[in-house]
Amino acid sequence: MSRSTTKSRSPAEPRAKAAEPEIVLRLSDITKRFGSLLANDTVNIELRRGEIIGLLGENGAGKTTLMNILFGHYVADEGSVEVFGKSLPAGEPSAAIAAGIGMVHQHFTLADNLTVYENIILGTEPFWRLSSEYGAAVRRIEGLAKSFGINVDPTATVGRLSVGERQRVEILKALYRNARILILDEPTAVLTPQESKALFETLESLLAGGLSVIFITHKLYEVMEVTRRVYVLRAGKLIAERDTDKTTSDDLAELMVGRPIPSPKREAQEPGPLLAELRNVTVRRKGELLLGDVSLQLRAGEILGIAGVAGNGQRALADLFAGLAHPDEGYLIIAGNSYPNLHPRNAVQLGIARIPEDRHTQGVIGDMSVAENLLAEHYNARPFSRFGLIDWEAARRFAGQIIRDYDVKCPSPLTAVRLLSGGNMQKLILGRVLSGKPRIVIASQPSRGLDVGAVAYVHGRLLAACSSGAAILLISEDLDEIISLADRISVAFRGRLSPPIARAAVTIRQLGLRMAGHGFEDSLPREAANAN
Amino acid sequence: MRIEPRSEVSALLSLLFPVVSIFAAILIAGIFVLFSGASPFSVFYLVARGAAGSTFALLETLTRATPLIFTGLAAAVAFRAKLWNIGGEAQFYMGAVATATLGTGLLPLPWPLLLPVLMLAAMIAGAAVLVGPAMLKVRFGVDEVVTTLLLNFIVILFVSLLLDGPLKDPSGLGWPQSPRVVADATLPKLIQGKRLHFGFVIALASAIFVWFINARTTAGYEMRAVGYNVVAAEYAGIPVGRVMLKTAVLSGGLAGLAGFSEVAGLKGNLTLDLSPGFGYAGIVVAMLALLHPIGVVAAAVFVAGIFVGADAMSRSAGVPSYIAQVMVATSLLCMVTAVMLTRFRIRWR
Repeated sequence: MSRSTTKSRSPAEPRAKAAEPEIVLRLSDITKRFGSLLANDTVNIELRRGEIIGLLGENGAGKTTLMNILFGHYVADEGSVEVFGKSLPAGEPSAAIAAGIGMVHQHFTLADNLTVYENIILGTEPFWRLSSEYGAAVRRIEGLAKSFGINVDPTATVGRLSVGERQRVEILKALYRNARILILDEPTAVLTPQESKALFETLESLLAGGLSVIFITHKLYEVMEVTRRVYVLRAGKLIAERDTDKTTSDDLAELMVGRPIPSPKREAQEPGPLLAELRNVTVRRKGELLLGDVSLQLRAGEILGIAGVAGNGQRALADLFAGLAHPDEGYLIIAGNSYPNLHPRNAVQLGIARIPEDRHTQGVIGDMSVAENLLAEHYNARPFSRFGLIDWEAARRFAGQIIRDYDVKCPSPLTAVRLLSGGNMQKLILGRVLSGKPRIVIASQPSRGLDVGAVAYVHGRLLAACSSGAAILLISEDLDEIISLADRISVAFRGRLSPPIARAAVTIRQLGLRMAGHGFEDSLPREAANAN
Repeated sequence: MRIEPRSEVSALLSLLFPVVSIFAAILIAGIFVLFSGASPFSVFYLVARGAAGSTFALLETLTRATPLIFTGLAAAVAFRAKLWNIGGEAQFYMGAVATATLGTGLLPLPWPLLLPVLMLAAMIAGAAVLVGPAMLKVRFGVDEVVTTLLLNFIVILFVSLLLDGPLKDPSGLGWPQSPRVVADATLPKLIQGKRLHFGFVIALASAIFVWFINARTTAGYEMRAVGYNVVAAEYAGIPVGRVMLKTAVLSGGLAGLAGFSEVAGLKGNLTLDLSPGFGYAGIVVAMLALLHPIGVVAAAVFVAGIFVGADAMSRSAGVPSYIAQVMVATSLLCMVTAVMLTRFRIRWR
């Protein structure tokens, strides 16, 4: 079963030098076209045993296409893949798995209602296998988990696991299938900072166990922290290969984007009048406390940043202003009026621009066109409709204008939005909500999953809205984002908000402690505080 | 063999696949014809001749297509908004009940008034049957597939009750049928002495109306948005519950019109066999048409042609007319496959 018994280790083979472990994977001159788009252009990559390499590139640079070719989902137009010295037949995921390649996708492929071990063995066992043999599978999983220091209960139901734990299950799944080469596609996009840290530790033990890892990302500091070598892709081409310790993140950023990145500039500004306010708001759902006694003020020309690990009430906070959640106690006050039952449509009418945290499901309707998506908040008012009839001419003109003003890259206003990249989707959403000169902007994770260029663009737009007098609530897990943009910063922890601190007075350490729950002891219910 | 998504679909391709899928369906059905011991060529020739080989055949096909256009539109409208209305049969019968109740002399109006009133009544009756399940879905999340499907049986039993009670024709020799509608409540024939009636024109107008709603109105925009992504629609401020109810009214109303058209245009009275499954066939028609209202007309004529043609064929060739069901079913399967192929491409290694 194990790879070491294969005859590739015959003594006749020339020995690899001690310093240079054997090459386990070689991608040679991979070229892949989609219509007129050159997704990969003669890309060459090598991976050695026990090595972790970074594959860095903006969204649409061709990272995912390359990995899909490696994994057999796509067939390359030119080039070849060699694994452990043997050429891999193109277009057969089963061959890639058999050759020892395991892939952990950005979006997990687990069945929520099954247990961890059921998910792991799913598809590896014939379905008539007797249940008594599950015992052996569980023992093997436990053994793997132990030897690589991966901490998961094999009998737990996947639906109850945290995102970080699910990712560990995905890794175990690959290990269970005897993976020797692990591909991680944007593995930290869904993780909290702490979970990312745990992942990096897991990776270390995998490397120590002789595995090789390809780490796909567009987060520079992760590349710097985790990888030994890094390949930079841009527009389908391999732009550079660098040893991580001989490069800097600025260097990589420039290689990746192909231009210097403008860093956000925030000029000090006197806060204007109070535009919106939460006063002692508590939100519960099915008995679960989402927000407890939260108060905050949004002022014109000011950005209030909410830091915190995901799942500490940020969603409910955004939903309050979006009209999707309502205060069970306390008041939501906008422009001096209390809104106990704000509907999303009221939110739009009140001039609240909402940038949802999940742009694919909340933000856009993938099967509708760019023009139709831009209409979503405004379709039932002039100039887009009269007497229930939609003026498509006006809609297309509006779309054309947003596409130009917000630099949305799409073939035409009639293109289905699902064909757009994440960055362009976000630009479309920005155009939809910011073009109407909003008074209040609620931005939830506005740059999550975006590449460096798109992040800079989003930040620029938020700052522009702020300087034209909008009050901005910026909810983000990305501390750097919060610190570089916000005027005042609060931390969300278990549905509570810490009192805001001015940016000038804040330190990373202070925020980090708050994110871990320090300073919340008084305000939390007793049992919750103890549990911490 | 692998499946890859297509980034864009040419207009030619999206027109080509339905045509190819129909041919594939005929080929598959041909195998079944071989099983029954007849020559596929002669059987399909007879089906085609029976469906469109003469003026009589063609008019008969269009007559049969009329209720299918209505129920097909009803399904297409509902499915577009992901309201899974399987209750076309119930809505059809309620429309027919309304027509038979009010059209048999209860309302002493001249035809220019009576016919629109009957149409409206039939639409309201049809819509009423669907609004209930739609409200249950919106309010409590009750699965409308179950409620609308079960309502079919309830309504048919209700019709049976009416036909043995208050609506029973006193001169019907004990048959479970209603009295005939009055002359003022009868739709005119399109051609003197033939069965094709004005209901066909109403059906075509309805298709254009639905197309207009879909493409040009805010209501159509809302229905599409809700159907494609209800979460994003709600987030953007589209009133999802109200859109569902609007959809239910439109869908149920169209199916109710089918009942009106059959009673006032063709049969003249309400019987228990008024519909040989028009409500269910409407689902097939809508799927074949890929939910496009103009496509519904073509799909309805196609399905009606196969049924009418198969009847004629079975009389002369001795192959059971069930072959029509096989043909419709295989075309549906081929169409579903074709839809997949318009969005994905298969690569043979």
